Amino acid sequence: MIRGTIHSLNPDKSEANKLMPTQPTTTPVLAINDLRTWFHTADGLAKAVDGVSYHVNSGETLGVVGESGCGKSVTALSILRLIPTPPGEIVSGEIRLNGQDILALPLNSMRRIRGNRVSMIFQEPMTSLNPVFTIGYQLAKIFTLHRGATRKEARQQSLAILEACEIPSPARILKAYPHQLSGGMRQRVMIAMAIGCNPDVLLADEPTTALDVTIQAQILDLLLKLQQRMGMALVLITHDLGVVANFARRVVVMYAGKKVEEAPVDTLFRSPGHPYTRALLQSVPVLGRNEKFLKEIKGMVPPPFQEIKGCRYARRCSEAEDACRRVDPPLKTIAPGHLVACLKR
Amino acid sequence: MPSAIGHNKPQGRYRDFWQAIRRLLHNPITCLGLAIVALLLVAVIFAPWVAPYPEQGLGKSNLKERLAPPSSRHILGTDNLGRDIFSRIIYGSRISFQAAVMVVTIVVAIGVPLGLLAGYFGGWIDDLIMRFADMILAFPSLLLAIAIVAFLGPNLINALIAISLPWWPWYTRLVRSQVMSVKEMQFIESARAIGASQKRIMFRHILPNCVAPIIVQATLDMGYIILAIASLGFLGLGTQPPTADWGVMVSEGREYFLKQWWISTFSGAAIFLTVLSFNLVGDGVREALDPKIRWRFQKK
Amino acid sequence: MALFIIKRIGWLAFVLLGLCVITFTLSRVVPGDPAAVYLGSRAKPEQLEAVRLKLGLDKPVPLQFAFYLRDLLHGDLGSSLRTHRPVLKGIRDHLPASLELMFVAITIAVLIGVPLGVIAAKRENTVSDHLSRLFAVACTSLPSFWLAMLFQIVFFRWLGLFPIGGRLDTVVGLTNPIEHLTGFYLFDSLATGNWTALRDSAWHLCLPAVTLASYSTGLIARMTRSTMIEVLREDYITTARAVGVSEKEILFLQGLRNALGPTMTTAGLCFAFMLTGTFFIELIFFWPGLGTYITNAILLNDYPVIMGVTLLMALFYVSVNLVVDILIALVDPRVRLK
Repeated sequence: MIRGTIHSLNPDKSEANKLMPTQPTTTPVLAINDLRTWFHTADGLAKAVDGVSYHVNSGETLGVVGESGCGKSVTALSILRLIPTPPGEIVSGEIRLNGQDILALPLNSMRRIRGNRVSMIFQEPMTSLNPVFTIGYQLAKIFTLHRGATRKEARQQSLAILEACEIPSPARILKAYPHQLSGGMRQRVMIAMAIGCNPDVLLADEPTTALDVTIQAQILDLLLKLQQRMGMALVLITHDLGVVANFARRVVVMYAGKKVEEAPVDTLFRSPGHPYTRALLQSVPVLGRNEKFLKEIKGMVPPPFQEIKGCRYARRCSEAEDACRRVDPPLKTIAPGHLVACLKR
Repeated sequence: MPSAIGHNKPQGRYRDFWQAIRRLLHNPITCLGLAIVALLLVAVIFAPWVAPYPEQGLGKSNLKERLAPPSSRHILGTDNLGRDIFSRIIYGSRISFQAAVMVVTIVVAIGVPLGLLAGYFGGWIDDLIMRFADMILAFPSLLLAIAIVAFLGPNLINALIAISLPWWPWYTRLVRSQVMSVKEMQFIESARAIGASQKRIMFRHILPNCVAPIIVQATLDMGYIILAIASLGFLGLGTQPPTADWGVMVSEGREYFLKQWWISTFSGAAIFLTVLSFNLVGDGVREALDPKIRWRFQKK
Repeated sequence: MALFIIKRIGWLAFVLLGLCVITFTLSRVVPGDPAAVYLGSRAKPEQLEAVRLKLGLDKPVPLQFAFYLRDLLHGDLGSSLRTHRPVLKGIRDHLPASLELMFVAITIAVLIGVPLGVIAAKRENTVSDHLSRLFAVACTSLPSFWLAMLFQIVFFRWLGLFPIGGRLDTVVGLTNPIEHLTGFYLFDSLATGNWTALRDSAWHLCLPAVTLASYSTGLIARMTRSTMIEVLREDYITTARAVGVSEKEILFLQGLRNALGPTMTTAGLCFAFMLTGTFFIELIFFWPGLGTYITNAILLNDYPVIMGVTLLMALFYVSVNLVVDILIALVDPRVRLK
């Protein structure tokens, strides 16, 4: 039996999930508008996120894909304001949580949102837990911080959330130290810490990349199950298109600090609009197909401190023209819910 | 992401070197240290021209003006024999600096080869050398130095020997760990595969890779060696008067220091500033060479 | 864990044996006639000869060493040539003064150094960070004898705030003498309710303790700072922030706990090093501790004292290292539960 913090079934939210039109008719639970996060490094100004906007609706899973260095993680960290402020700086933009701009909030108010209304789980479960404190201590902290729980109450709530995350013998786990747990188990603990206070939004930054393949599927299934049960929005950041295909409703594709495409998941895989998206899809090897060479995208992602005129992808694009190198393409709506930043659409 | 250009080409190495120099100078505190070291070197090299009263610096007394407070004639005052403190400090820098260089030489000459041997051959040679080194390190070094000077007789050379003997194990340890990590690297295997002799491998391949940490450590140690020399001088176990040694000057000034405070204060300040400057420079060098500090922006 | 301790103790015994050899060799090669020290300068040759026989100086050196080791194992460090009293007693009389000084000094060093290092780490690369680093480096660069004299000039001569030296004011020593329980004046006067003496001994402790603490403060601050900087870059710190923990708690609780290992090692080594560090402090502040005891012995070549104290200092140094290693194992669960 699950006590306390979790909604066992939220019929409104799961129904809404199925019937959700592609355009949000209600306010999205999280909306990022024109976010710019830059870093002042010794090698120059690195514009890690340069004018990115996307939104997630309540109960929805948004996939954010892109190669390493495209800024997808920095965007998520900016939401919780976890960017180290020298050398980083959130230069401009809005981040609206249920309509309220949280970028304008002072840091103490921001702390009350972290782990409470917006949570995040990270890529490396092996290093994401404090090695000198027990799991119980670190897990109970969210309840004492955000729910004003006493130690006994926090312990009970910790046990409940561990059970919900399908962690066996939770009482023993509470007394254990992180190094005594496997990677998959640690990631489950991280998930427990993130959803313990029933957040509105969960940001999952490559949650399964560092795990074994068999565990990956378990963790993702768990995430989906918890999301549906609790009705929270899930932003799934990954470079793995397979994950996106199976778990996301809508997808955002990022490249070199900008959003280059946004579409519902079926549309993205059936008729991708941006040349980069198409190249990504082509480069995924398919089991059974007899391929002699892996299709690669020629070239490399440009380093973030390099100033580029025109479309950032132009140098690697097979369809690039002169205009592409001069003008930075704006996002165009080519179909309902489908946006592409390409001059040739 | 580090810049992808120039990493494997020879220019890449020079570029790294100048980047390191730039990083070194970027820190204002390191620059302060470098400035003081520069002043020190000026005093060491140009003593006869910089000191206002060179003969007094060398020891000639001037009893008419003994125990004079700082004034326009003697900017740091005079000591109990009327000698100009400022000049004495400048000449003292010569003694300190030369002595420190000699100590570093002795320490490196003993410690580095032992470390090479211990690290390269391992086994019982390693055990023997390291146990001996550990034993010396377990000793309170000041006491050991005092005992050695008591045995050999109090003068500067013996003081230098007394300081070097407890000091060399640090370099043995340093070199040994460097050698042990370099030994595992691939290019040593290749050298052995083409039949290079052990001595050749040691000297041509392993030793060059150990040089940088030795230099950094020696720079850091210079200040403390100067302090050790001054400490022995303070106890009367090092340089003997009338040679100007900062430690001796502090000790000489002690008799008068409640009234004529300038003697001990300024000579002691010279020791302090010297040690400080070497520490600052050493810190800066270590930071400039540390690859971890370079890339703080490492988000995926 | 137990095996770990046993191995370390075995190593300790071996090192001590080597130290005995070194100390013994040094004491026998230092110039001067021990017999003359024993009897004083006006002894007649026959008396000197008698004393030499008595001290066993006529026997071959290796045999002398064997006797020395045998006595050592019985806890007999010999007797001072000057005072004719057992070295062990001399050490017991002088040690508390040094230890009290060291305890107060290490407490000061940790109380100032650790917070300084933590705050500097948090404010990495700002002006306050640079200033605190400069302060820490300056602390480790100070010649202790110079700092001691400066303190005396400023705080005694010019400001009249503190005494020039000694452990206790002679008058207070006569009117409110401290009952000898442990030899630690602070503890003894507190335990017997002797408030005058407590105040006075604390007052006398100030300047010497701060002087002794200076080097360690700088070292501890630097070690704490660099370790904290590494710790603050770790992923679990980001997790703690992502969960809403306050910066103060991240710094002083979650972060510092991880930085304790190297910091404690440094503090332990500083404490060990202080025993020799008291040497100059005791000289300048007229502090009747171990340093004074051995200084008098050195001046006279009183070799049993020199050997005994040196051996003790080395033993102390090695033991402190061992204790530090054990403490680290206790604090870090990863080491403990291996």
